[in-house]
Amino acid sequence: MKTSFINRLLQSDRGSGIFLGVLLLAAILVPLLNLAVPEGSALHVPTYTVTLLGKYLCYALLAIAVDLVWGYCGILSLGHTAFFALGGYAMGMYLMRQIGTRGVYGNPILPDFMVFLNWKELPWFWHGMNHFPLAMLMVVLAPGVLAFVFGWLAFRSRVTGVYLSIITQALTYALMLAFFRNEMGFGGNNGLTDFKDLLGFDLQKGSTHVALFLATVIALALGFLACRYIVNSRFGRVIEAVRDAESRARFIGYKVESYKLWLWVFSAMLAGIAGALYVPQIGIINPGEFAPLNSIEVVVWVAVGGRGTLYGAALGAVLVNYAKTYLTAALPEVWLYALGGLFVLVTLLLPQGIVGLLRKLRKQSS
Amino acid sequence: MTRTDQVAVLTPGVQPGVSLAQRLQRGLSALLLATSFVVAAPAFAQDVQADAGTATGADGGGEAAPAAPHDFAGDVQSMADAGFSEKEDLAGQIVQSGNPRAMTVLQALLDGKLYSNSDDGKVYIVGDAPDDATSLPVSDAITGETLKPMSPDDIDRIGTNNGLRKTLKVLIAQLKLNDPSATVRRQAVKEMMRDLDDSTIAALRERKAHETDPGVLKRIDAGLALGDLGGADADKQLAAATLLYGDLDDEVYNALKPLSTGKDTDPRVRAAALKAVQHVDFWRDIYNAAQTLFFGLSLGSVLVLSAIGLAITFGVMGVINMAHGELMMLGAYTAYVMQLLMPNHITAAVLLAIPAAFCVSGLAGVAIERGIVRFLYGRPLETLLATFGLSLVLQQLVRSIFSPLNRSVSTPDFMSGVWQLNDLFSLTWNRLYIVLFALIVFAALQLVMKRTSLGLKVRAVSQNRAMARAMGVRSQWVDAATFGLGSGIAGIAGVALSQLTNVGPNLGQSYIIDSFMVVVFGGVGNLWGTLISGMSLGVVNKLLEPYAGAVLAKIFVLVFLILFIQRRPRGLFPQKGRAAEG
Repeated sequence: MKTSFINRLLQSDRGSGIFLGVLLLAAILVPLLNLAVPEGSALHVPTYTVTLLGKYLCYALLAIAVDLVWGYCGILSLGHTAFFALGGYAMGMYLMRQIGTRGVYGNPILPDFMVFLNWKELPWFWHGMNHFPLAMLMVVLAPGVLAFVFGWLAFRSRVTGVYLSIITQALTYALMLAFFRNEMGFGGNNGLTDFKDLLGFDLQKGSTHVALFLATVIALALGFLACRYIVNSRFGRVIEAVRDAESRARFIGYKVESYKLWLWVFSAMLAGIAGALYVPQIGIINPGEFAPLNSIEVVVWVAVGGRGTLYGAALGAVLVNYAKTYLTAALPEVWLYALGGLFVLVTLLLPQGIVGLLRKLRKQSS
Repeated sequence: MTRTDQVAVLTPGVQPGVSLAQRLQRGLSALLLATSFVVAAPAFAQDVQADAGTATGADGGGEAAPAAPHDFAGDVQSMADAGFSEKEDLAGQIVQSGNPRAMTVLQALLDGKLYSNSDDGKVYIVGDAPDDATSLPVSDAITGETLKPMSPDDIDRIGTNNGLRKTLKVLIAQLKLNDPSATVRRQAVKEMMRDLDDSTIAALRERKAHETDPGVLKRIDAGLALGDLGGADADKQLAAATLLYGDLDDEVYNALKPLSTGKDTDPRVRAAALKAVQHVDFWRDIYNAAQTLFFGLSLGSVLVLSAIGLAITFGVMGVINMAHGELMMLGAYTAYVMQLLMPNHITAAVLLAIPAAFCVSGLAGVAIERGIVRFLYGRPLETLLATFGLSLVLQQLVRSIFSPLNRSVSTPDFMSGVWQLNDLFSLTWNRLYIVLFALIVFAALQLVMKRTSLGLKVRAVSQNRAMARAMGVRSQWVDAATFGLGSGIAGIAGVALSQLTNVGPNLGQSYIIDSFMVVVFGGVGNLWGTLISGMSLGVVNKLLEPYAGAVLAKIFVLVFLILFIQRRPRGLFPQKGRAAEG
């Protein structure tokens, strides 16, 4: 029963199968090469690389979330990192509370930055964040509620196209400005950092990072399958109909707004999960994550990989970020040229991204 | 802040009672001299001169006895080794000498810029230099001649103390009080009012006797009334308070305020003072409101300038140009380059930068349209991405060419400074000019759109492309020209911005979201809407700022806009009719 379900999900789509295969391979090989192979060996994967790969996969999950709304529903979100960062902040708050007396000021309740600001007690929204289940709930709830309110307002009044893109950008911009303020109670400019451990596991240890990497792989695989399930369902067909002809779908009798809204909320929650996995691996979350530029960068990953394919988005995220890591280290001057050029070239020459290019090549050869 | 500092420095002198005694002990002769100079009757001056000689002799008794009277050069030279009280005498004699450089020397002494060299005994004025400079620009204190830079080790600063500084301030004010320019005289009265005592009141009286300028005369009267207000005579106080009704000067307000509430004040005086204070308070509120409005309008004009080019490309053509901010940045850098090319003609450079920036950004815009945008018509989201990529490339290009650091563009003389109506109301010229400039640009653009054949074609193509083509309009050419026009205006906005902030690679990025908001709020395709929405957003932002702080005000405005777009997705002034359907 279960295998047939997965089979059905992957039917007539080799890309998805390959994608899950690669993920499985990574989930086995990377921990093995990091933990079992001795450090001197040529095959050893250093912990730094494991963390880096984990980061890429978090981005891949975020890219899938963006692809779900953009590729399948035509909602170009220029503010998805807002949800990503909110999930990250929820995780960061949990990690902050775990520091306890090991902080610089040794206050058992208040995080360092609050002691520094002379605050006497914990703000209400920090209460209970030391409980992992509640923190995890907030990881999906905070972005979800924001997306719901925003989407409910926006879709109901039929804000579409570029208008929607611009107000999503304004949303993340406003959040960035807000989180920069110390009074918000999220550490202001410096954000949340200096984390010690997660569920009792030391975040400095290599094995914790391997575990986080595995968690990211699993989250990515599950998120991918969930998205595939959605787009292959009846719900997904309506969503695509909305993308292609919104008025027509509405006239046929579908409640276009609710379809868009639930897809939007789901996508935001996915982005929140990606953020929550990102923070313990990177070790910091600050308002810079809200920057509108980041959101637009995510859209480029999706465009480069190929939108409307999900695995293409993940591929784009990993490739572009690998290029970024490489170029910002080797040729820092060139990175923005490369990224900017990528925007222009992909939109002009590769509207379907790398996946579309591969498909075209295969069609020509067959 | 500065005001407080000054008050702090002057406190010993301001204390009633102490002030007079101190003064009499420290620099009696200097003051007499100064007062007599105000009278400027030669015969009388001679008399006091002798007086001064004896006073100094008795007072100082040091080895650096002043040189012969009227010897400006000698007096200045003697400054080097004199004690503080001798310096006060010398300063009085320098004033007495009538030398045109007297004020420069005294001001330099007051500012701690007067130095001496112990070897040759000469006195120098040191120009502005950083604290750690190894050589200082100097000029001869006596002749004003510029000399070779000197090492700070070779010269010693001529010191001052509080008493001396106070004397110097009075002397300088009195010198200014006799300046040929009425503006300088008025300023001098204002400075003296900050710090009134018997000597300054006497000086004001003297000046009043032969002052001809009615404006200055009025200030002198106010100053004298202010003096009376501090006295003990209730009748005089009453007359002064009545006279000062309607005066908006800070000093007057500060003097009347305690009288209006004071328990010991004569009831009549208290009533009169209260009336005057309430009058000032009333005007203060009005001027504050006017000032907030002005700040809002000036912020609004910046928004309008940055958004109006976008109103053309986005509003009229429907093209999302995320590189719009970078086109502004190009304009700002054009202003910077113009200034590098013409370092000695700042005003001309800025004025020439306006057409130059229009051309640079306009051509860049045409290139963008021909190279990228025209392949993406009808695909607004793709256009958004491609132009965003372009904006990154442009930013990096500027970083590579000019360095990532911010550059500052100097402001021409006519734009710098403050227009001070009175103590309650002042406007900076550059902001005032920006408001004017925004309105001029708007009017010019309106003219182009409504009165030229280009404008006609642009409107025709934007309303119905197929029909316009059928009528023989070359729509491709019109697209390029429209895009160039919008981009050129972005360049002009960049020149204006270069006068307000530093020019850097990120200049444009910070304005792009705001400009889109302005255009969308005003209603796409509507230039008037852009003007009104820009101005009103600026004013609302500034109105909120005192209550919420700058950042929170901005957040409020953004949230308001997000909500507003939900209510009215087509903006304040939506286009009506068929054009809106597309």
